[in-house]
Amino acid sequence: MTTGFQKALDRVTRVRGVRGAMLVAGDDGLVVAESLMEGVRGNALAALAASLAKRFRRASETAACGLPQFIHLQASQGSLLAAPAPSGMLLVVVAEADINVGLARLEMLKAGEAIA
Amino acid sequence: MTDDVRALSAELARDPGSLVFVALGEALRVRGRLDAAAKVALAGLEHHPNLADGHDLYARIVADAGDVERAADEWSIALALDPHHAGAHKGLGFANFQRGDLDAALEHLELALAADPTDQSTVQALHAVRQAAQQAASDPGAGASVERPAVFAGLEGADSGLLLVDPQGRVLAGGLRAQGGPDVAEEVAAYLAGVSQEADRSARLLELGEWRWIMAEGDAGHLHLSAPSASALLLLVRDKSVPSGRLAILAARAAEVARRWLEGQTL
Repeated sequence: MTTGFQKALDRVTRVRGVRGAMLVAGDDGLVVAESLMEGVRGNALAALAASLAKRFRRASETAACGLPQFIHLQASQGSLLAAPAPSGMLLVVVAEADINVGLARLEMLKAGEAIA
Repeated sequence: MTDDVRALSAELARDPGSLVFVALGEALRVRGRLDAAAKVALAGLEHHPNLADGHDLYARIVADAGDVERAADEWSIALALDPHHAGAHKGLGFANFQRGDLDAALEHLELALAADPTDQSTVQALHAVRQAAQQAASDPGAGASVERPAVFAGLEGADSGLLLVDPQGRVLAGGLRAQGGPDVAEEVAAYLAGVSQEADRSARLLELGEWRWIMAEGDAGHLHLSAPSASALLLLVRDKSVPSGRLAILAARAAEVARRWLEGQTL
């Protein structure tokens, strides 16, 4: 199964501008599998992405927008993307600021399906 | 070097992967040897990146050094790893009190006390923050206005899908209704305070620079959150039929209106 997770992550990291991808347990923010470039703080990325997704989910559900299927945080020097994955996991990507978000989103959704 | 520090150092030297780094780092911290304590904590976290106690230790060290924001980042990580970590809740209670966010401080201190009811320092901190909150509530100047200014008049969804809030999660202007039904502005505003703090921490820790906006595509609708100024957050909510690219354009227009209004408020 781990190999399946890794293959799914590798597919996402092939998108130009992606610095790393990881599967995170949505409840506690622990790393399930990762494929990160050197220098990316994996445990911090996992914990904070899970926490951010949880908080945004509350706001989204209260506003009757339902469960977020894709979250995109844009910052001046990079992007953080997150999408729910099977079994309560979260697929998280950290990328350059000028990444093709549409392509990354597509590959993230395909990766999520691949590990279902 | 005192005996306990010497003994703990020797134990860590024998086994660099040992959890004894937490006790050694704390022993150094309470003696004011913050540089040495930080080195021990960071080396320990290299071996145990998912140890909540390790992040709590490092947070206390950097808080002692005066960097409360960085400490709050580490306590947030500790809580993400262990949602019932008493030390992390207590630390975030302190950090939020320093920021003036008394509601968040109370919430964290109450959770800290629930996790460890025997900690007298938490009881005392809770008492002090409750007194501060009561004083703030009794100050007539501190009350929020019940009227919401029509800042976004003329924009689509001005009073049902555009919400301007302050960093503490209080509504400044606009309105929000769940699918055109009940008013959920106050509730969503409260959640946004947390979202903003997490975005700040995530961007800073991952060296992404300053965060500019967050967009979430939900099952039934889309949300766009931005910060038109340092003192406000803008949420734009639209149903699923509005494409995300258009959402960004609408958000930029609303942010410009909000920015002008906020500048007028400070003149």
